[in-house]
Amino acid sequence: MNEPLNGPLNGPTARPGDGAYSAGNGWTTAVPCDPPPADSPRDDVPGGEASGAEPVLLIRDVRKIYGEGEATVHALRGVSLTVERGDYVAIMGASGSGKSTLMNIIGCLDIPTTGTYLLGGTDVGVLDDVQLARVRNRRIGFIFQSFNLIPRMSALANVELPLAYGGVRAADRRRRALAALGLVGLADRVGHQPNELSGGQQQRVAVARALVTSPTLLLADEPTGALDSTSTRDVLAIFDRLSVSGRTIVVITHEDDVAAHAKRVIRLMDGQIVEDRRQAPVDGPPPLAGLRPPTEAVSDR
Amino acid sequence: MNALEITRFAVRGLTANKMRSVLTMLGILIGVAAVILLVAVGQGSSESIKQRIQSLGANTLTVSASFSGGFGGPGGRSGGGGGPRTQARGLTLDDARALAGSGNAPSVKSVSPVVTASSATTTYEGASHDISQVVGTYPSYFEATNKPVASGAYFTNQDVTGVRKVVVIGKTVAEELFGQADPVGGRVSIEGVSFTVVGVLKESGSTGGQDADDIAIAPLPAVQQTLSGYGSLGSIVIQATSAETTDAAEAEITAILNQRHDITGSATADYRILNQASLQETVTEATGTFTVLLGAVAAISLLVGGIGITNIMLVTVTERTREIGIRKAIGAPRGAILGQFLIEATLLSLIGGLLGVGVAVAGSQFTIAGVRPVIVPQSIVLALGVSVAIGLFFGSYPANRAAKLRPIEALRFE
Ligand SMILES: Nc1ncnc2c1ncn2[C@@H]1O[C@H](COP(=O)(O)OP(=O)(O)OP(=O)(O)O)[C@@H](O)[C@H]1O
Ligand SMILES: [Mg+2]
Repeated sequence: MNEPLNGPLNGPTARPGDGAYSAGNGWTTAVPCDPPPADSPRDDVPGGEASGAEPVLLIRDVRKIYGEGEATVHALRGVSLTVERGDYVAIMGASGSGKSTLMNIIGCLDIPTTGTYLLGGTDVGVLDDVQLARVRNRRIGFIFQSFNLIPRMSALANVELPLAYGGVRAADRRRRALAALGLVGLADRVGHQPNELSGGQQQRVAVARALVTSPTLLLADEPTGALDSTSTRDVLAIFDRLSVSGRTIVVITHEDDVAAHAKRVIRLMDGQIVEDRRQAPVDGPPPLAGLRPPTEAVSDR
Repeated sequence: MNALEITRFAVRGLTANKMRSVLTMLGILIGVAAVILLVAVGQGSSESIKQRIQSLGANTLTVSASFSGGFGGPGGRSGGGGGPRTQARGLTLDDARALAGSGNAPSVKSVSPVVTASSATTTYEGASHDISQVVGTYPSYFEATNKPVASGAYFTNQDVTGVRKVVVIGKTVAEELFGQADPVGGRVSIEGVSFTVVGVLKESGSTGGQDADDIAIAPLPAVQQTLSGYGSLGSIVIQATSAETTDAAEAEITAILNQRHDITGSATADYRILNQASLQETVTEATGTFTVLLGAVAAISLLVGGIGITNIMLVTVTERTREIGIRKAIGAPRGAILGQFLIEATLLSLIGGLLGVGVAVAGSQFTIAGVRPVIVPQSIVLALGVSVAIGLFFGSYPANRAAKLRPIEALRFE
């Protein structure tokens, strides 16, 4: 438990030999993955003891049943899944196949009816309320299809919020939030409230909010579902860069274009995994990374 | 996540909907102000009544004849009512002498026999006035009934024994007959008999509709001779040696008078004793009940204000369920959510309560329904304490409901 939570940049996944991606691209240094400040004791975060060998996600025979009697819906019918550190997974499947249900369980927003779920080697099923909150705060960054920014709060305040709940000091918080907003190319929009931002900009604020705590796991439920093709490209470029820097990413999508960016594609049907296809090695770069200059990817529109 | 941070979230929540926050506070404000102000009015009226009783004279007992059968009258130590009674006798000068002279009444300081005549037509150099009450008594009466003179002097014991026609008049009488002139030394004619004014009483104000300054006090035999005749006394005013001895004095008087009037065992006394101290006690009790009643009515309005807070907090929580879901999804612990909404509710009630105290203090500067309110400090503490407790208590239900939600339930909430 004493090993501090490392940002993917300086964590064990920043392997030697990745030089082309971790050093070759100038923007990796901009990722706000500072080591945790001394005042936030991170070593007590459950699920934080994962070593490089431990899978980030280990899901065994998870089932989710909604409703009772006549109205019973089997949203997940025994899903088992292992995600290694540094992987970039796209989950696809028809509407109603259980993708969101699975994602919510992975993100500790919901609990499975049966089955076990280990996050970084820790069984989250046995965690109490406070520990779960800490896991959500420090281990997981969740990006919603509908952005889910808090209205009447500036972009900066929205991005600072997870740090506030994590007990980070105000000055540190501001610095890290500004860095995260800079990373998604919104440095000049920090004072805007969500209703003063375009959908693409709102989603980038949401990405910044998910990144700001340097979580081990980045989860995104149809992050580009409400965005046009340019905004989609921006967000995907950010994901590519995060994947290059070693972060573990799980994305739900309906679009093949989006799935093409992932290293691995999982297909769900009726609550079961029907396909698990690898497109690129776990410890390599995502297949489409670096095809476009990243500076353009975060340019502001 | 420290308390200050959570408080900031709470303040942000309150200012997001200012109108609603203000209206909710108004409910508590009215409740708190009503409690403090109504209790103050109750206290004020009780104090003014007490003052009036005290102005009637301290430590005094008034013995008066009781000709009505069946009951002893308030304050009368008369033994069980309804028993057989002897021929009722009025109070006599001998009764008064017995009370003053025998060594059996150590708690009695002075005894003043009193006869009264009402509505005595008085004239002075063409001016005429009907004095509503002419009292014939001894000089000790002035001290016993707390009637100091403003100018001139009391009449003396020599005036009494000499049956001199001297009189001390009240302020109203002086103004009616003499106007601005100095009445002392003037000769007035009361029912045709000439009296010399030796003093004017200090103004005592009206008590319960009756003008206490429309009075003339003269030596007992002079009044008997000219106005009331030599029948029985109207009453005997007795002053006890101190406030503590009024009850003892009452017992001594009862013993002496019972003996003199042949009242034994279960016989009903033919006199009654009005004890100033016990009267005051009774009145204090009554006004205390009155104050409690007023406070209870106000407390209900405070409760209504509290229900208003619950209502608003429920609406707020419902409205912001999605926001709660977002906050939980990014790692807000239950305590932070609970704290935020509890602080919101407490701030509503605390600010409302403090404003209510301000309004009450300002309102107490005015005379309300003829009463000058006297603020009871405990009522401020109590009302404020209760309003904060209400905020915590009534806010905790919605806050708890918000904090307990699973993130996904909150996020899916429509
Ligand atoms: N809260 C709920 N109560 C009852 N049934 C639910 C609930 N949430 C989801 N379901 C059901 O579970 C099944 C899977 O839903 P889920 O949201 O996981 O689908 P999805 O794969 O995300 O679909 P989409 O691509 O349309 O978002 C659906 O049949 C849905 O009706
Ligand atoms: Mg879905």
